[in-house]
Order: sequence, then structure tokens, then C-alpha cells
Amino acid sequence: MLLIECPYCGTRDESEFSYGGEAHNARPADPDALTDEQWADYIFYRQNPKGLHRELWNHSSGCRRWFNAIRDTVSYKFQCVYKIEDPRPELAEANTTISAGEKS
Amino acid sequence: MSRYSIFSLARNAMSHHQNWERAWRSPEPKKRYDAIIVGGGGHGLATAYYLAKEHGMRNIAVLEKGWIGGGNTGRNTTIVRSNYLWDEATHLYEKSMKLWEGLSQDLNYNVMFSQRGVYNLGHTLQDMRDIQRRVNANRLNGVDGEVVHAAELQTRIPHLNCSPDSRYPVLGASFQARGGTARHDAVAWGFARGADRYGVDIIQNCEVTGFRRENGKILGVDTSQGYIESPKVGVVTAGSSSVLAEMAGLSLPLESHPLQAFVSEPIKPVLDTVVMSNAVHGYISQSDKGDLVIGAGIDSYTGYGQRGSFSTIEHTMTAIMELFPIFSRVRMNRQWGGIVDTCPDACPIISKTDIKGLYFNCGWGTGGFKATPGSGWVFAHTVAKDQAHELNAAFSLDRFASGALIDEHGAAGVAH
Ligand SMILES: Cc1cc2nc3c(=O)[nH]c(=O)nc-3n(C[C@H](O)[C@H](O)[C@H](O)COP(=O)(O)OP(=O)(O)OC[C@H]3O[C@@H](n4cnc5c(N)ncnc54)[C@H](O)[C@@H]3O)c2cc1C
Ligand SMILES: [Zn+2]
Repeated sequence: MLLIECPYCGTRDESEFSYGGEAHNARPADPDALTDEQWADYIFYRQNPKGLHRELWNHSSGCRRWFNAIRDTVSYKFQCVYKIEDPRPELAEANTTISAGEKS
Repeated sequence: MSRYSIFSLARNAMSHHQNWERAWRSPEPKKRYDAIIVGGGGHGLATAYYLAKEHGMRNIAVLEKGWIGGGNTGRNTTIVRSNYLWDEATHLYEKSMKLWEGLSQDLNYNVMFSQRGVYNLGHTLQDMRDIQRRVNANRLNGVDGEVVHAAELQTRIPHLNCSPDSRYPVLGASFQARGGTARHDAVAWGFARGADRYGVDIIQNCEVTGFRRENGKILGVDTSQGYIESPKVGVVTAGSSSVLAEMAGLSLPLESHPLQAFVSEPIKPVLDTVVMSNAVHGYISQSDKGDLVIGAGIDSYTGYGQRGSFSTIEHTMTAIMELFPIFSRVRMNRQWGGIVDTCPDACPIISKTDIKGLYFNCGWGTGGFKATPGSGWVFAHTVAKDQAHELNAAFSLDRFASGALIDEHGAAGVAH
């Protein structure tokens, strides 16, 4: 069982959360201008890295808010969590655990 | 290499089975091959076997970073069926089913293919309508299928909880009598031995670390055992496919997730078929050793560690308990995870790439074991001829831009 830190509620069991996939995959600003390949890239292609991954989580059985996390996809260890409106922490500095308290 | 037969068994009994020949050699890699297959799972080994058998190639290597069959091939729950919904998928999986039906003879290796039948349960009216539709589609495609209602189901599987009082009552099922299970290790070993007999080099502990190319053409691969040259490279690395694609400067529409499985302590024969439920999401069969073989859905997050979360274990056991209350006190012996390469339309990618001579066969996700022989067969054709076979033409990478997806999500009952 993973322990996940919600930036709003604190650390809870994984079973309270839903996974939202890759983070920062913004909907194209000008949809009409996209080629089929660009649409495919937005809809279907994901980075799927082996290592640090920026991803979305939802505290679905808690405050029900979305937030971002950086997690290692091999050790499954969370490097840090950050709010949707927060600046993106660098992946390099993500190796140190930043607690929700320090972040906000 | 000698054939396995009653005579070889008797001959080897004379020397107390101490002198059996090795099933495949363990050669040093050559400097150059006509084709390299990356990944020694069932699909990679089958590809090499059919490249040799069907296309007359002999100078082939399979490069495996660990030991053959150590990936999803040796970790899966071995359900085999071909009752998918859409024509393209049905034809591909049915090709595989036909190969399964003669595989032990063809390979001269007992893969313990057991056509004990597969039930996909329906728990709602909509489930039952979907089952009707899928069984009809299967029959139109020449694939066997039957709709079974709850009363009949109860007589066929006495321990299945078909009570109307259960939380998600079982209303019926689709049944494919030709479906069943096979022994996963034997599939890897049988294809390895078969390929080796044609002269294919199976090289274990050989990790591919990069691709060399020039003018849009593949030249060879860098490995932990040095550089190996080849004009054709077929990559069949399941959960690691995105990592390999990145090495080649390509990207794939895949996500890698942990998928777990379980076996119980061995018990006396109690379940003589395969039962799968999409709605409560669990499936179960009993191996010839007597252990219950159990699985369910992927862990929700992506991951490359071959293990999953406790909450998924709990969910799986809840589902099995719902279906088979009789198993409530059976103890689980072992639990493990594999990394499955899930694809947006729940169908594989068996495709050429923008790099000439580089081919990918991946995206089989949670359900590729059943396709092992057929996947190898069509991929061998694709690699040998530099062109898809008509059975895998629809499974090319460009379908994600063209929109011609083959949407087997949900349609196929359950995702394994
Ligand atoms: C728990 C579980 C249950 C499943 N249940 C079923 C089921 O009931 N029915 C069904 O049909 N399917 C099932 N599947 C799916 C099925 O196991 C897979 O789709 C199928 O086995 C994939 O075969 P493969 O040969 O492509 O992959 P694998 O057997 O995973 O082989 C890929 C190989 O590539 C190697 N490799 C990776 N990177 C490199 C590298 N850089 N260099 C060299 N080699 C490399 C790996 O070590 C591995 O051996 C299940 C999967 C899991 C995990
Ligand atoms: Zn919260």
C-alpha cells in the first residue's frame, strides 16, 4: 500500500486516491490548427518514462481535489506533491522529499 | 537434436534421466545476424521460430536481457480464447487459436494446451446484451461461442454463486468451448527449443542498450555483450517497449502498468474450466497441479517495478469471494506482478516504424499470452517481407493518427 500525501489533507492510504495519468498534458489552445498527428500525440501518446514521472492524482475519497506529484515509476516512491497552480519543481531537485507543509 | 518420443523417454530412463540433451544451446553472439529479435518472451521466441520455419531464415538471434520467459510470459495466468468482438481482432486471435490447436505436435514439446472452455460472466442486462452481440459476431466469423443463462450455468459450474441474492447477481455468460489454458513456461521453452533446432541463437543475459542507424535505416544494436550488426531488428519487449522506443528516438502510445496474479495452495480438483467476470473484475481457473490461478485488473498507476499494491490484492480477493464463496478459506501461496504495455484501444501494435528495418510488436497489455503463436507468426511475416500480413495490417502504428482504432475495450468481455 502506498502512502500518498494530499497537499490539502496530509498523508493517507493509496485506496483513498484515484490516479489521473500524465500531468501537464494541456488541451491544445487552437484545436482547428492541429494535424491528425498532433491530435494523436495529445490524445494517445504518453511519455511513460522508467524513472521520475509527473502525474495527476485525485483525493477521490477525501477532499476530492486534484494535485500533481512526481513519482519514481520503478521504486514507486513519491518524490514530492505540488498543487495544480504551483510552479513545476525541477525533476532533479525532486529527489528530495518536499512536504506539503513546506510547499504551501 | 533428438526428438522427444516414447523411445527417447525409454532410452533416457536407462541412464536414470541424467543424460538428456540440453533443450537449446547457449552460444556466444555472432558479429552479424540477418535478423535480431529483442526480447525472449513467448512472442519474441515465436517470431524467431516462424522466421526460420516459414521464411527460411537461419541466421537469427533472440536477445534477452534476463532469462527467457522471465517477463510476462512466465507471469501470466495463461487464459487462451479468441472470442473478441471486432473482425480484425477476432481473425488475429483465431489464427493464434488454430496454431495452439496443433502447437505441441508442431514443436514436439508438450505445451499442455487444455481446451477446458472459458466463461465470461454477465451481471447486468447490458452485459447480457453485449454477450449476445459478441457471440453472434464470433459465430459470423467462424469462431465458436454460446450464450449460457444462469440456471444452466449453475449446473455446469456447481460452486459458482449464481444466487439472485448476491451483490452482483450472475445472469449468464458467454462460453467458448475451444478456449482454455496452456503451460506458460512450456510455451517459451518449446518455442526456444524449436527455434534452436533451426539454428537460431538464443542469447540470454544480453540487454539491448541502444540502436545504431544511418540514413533512416537500422544498422544494429548495442548490447551488454557488445555491438551486433543486423539489417532487421524486431522489438518484442512488452512492458519495456516505451523504453526501447525512446532509445530509437520513437514514441509509442503505450502506458506500462503492474498487473498482479496469485496462486493458492494446491487443492483437489474443484474447477474444470475458466471463469472470468468483467463486472466484479476477477478471474479464476485451476492448474493441473491443483492450485487456483487468480487474477484481476491492473494497478491504476503506471510502473516498471514488477509488483503491485495491496489494495489491488484485496480487490481481487473480494471479487473471487463474490463468485466462489467456497474458496473463502483457501490460502494463497504466491503473489507476483508483471508489467503490461496497455494500448489506448486495447489492441496490439504490430508494425513497421519510420526507421527502415526496425519493427515493433507490443501493446498486448493484459491479454497477449493467448496470442503468442499468432503474434509470432504475423510478426515473422512483417519482419521477413518488410510488410504487414493481412492479419496484422490493421494493427499498424498509424491507426492512432488515422483514427481507425480497433476498440476492444470492454467489448471483449474482460481484458485478459
Ligand atoms: C499477471 C498477468 C496475467 C496475465 N494473464 C493473461 C492471460 O490470462 N491471458 C493472456 O492472454 N494474457 C495474459 N497476460 C498478458 C501476457 O502475459 C502478455 O501479453 C504476453 O505474455 C506478452 O508476451 P511477450 O513475449 O511480448 O512479453 P514478455 O514475456 O514480457 O517478454 C518480453 C521480454 O523482453 C525482455 N526485455 C525487456 N527489455 C529488454 C532489453 N532492453 N533487451 C533485451 N531484452 C529485453 C524482457 O526481459 C522480457 O523477457 C497477463 C500478464 C500478466 C502480467
Ligand atoms: Zn485531500
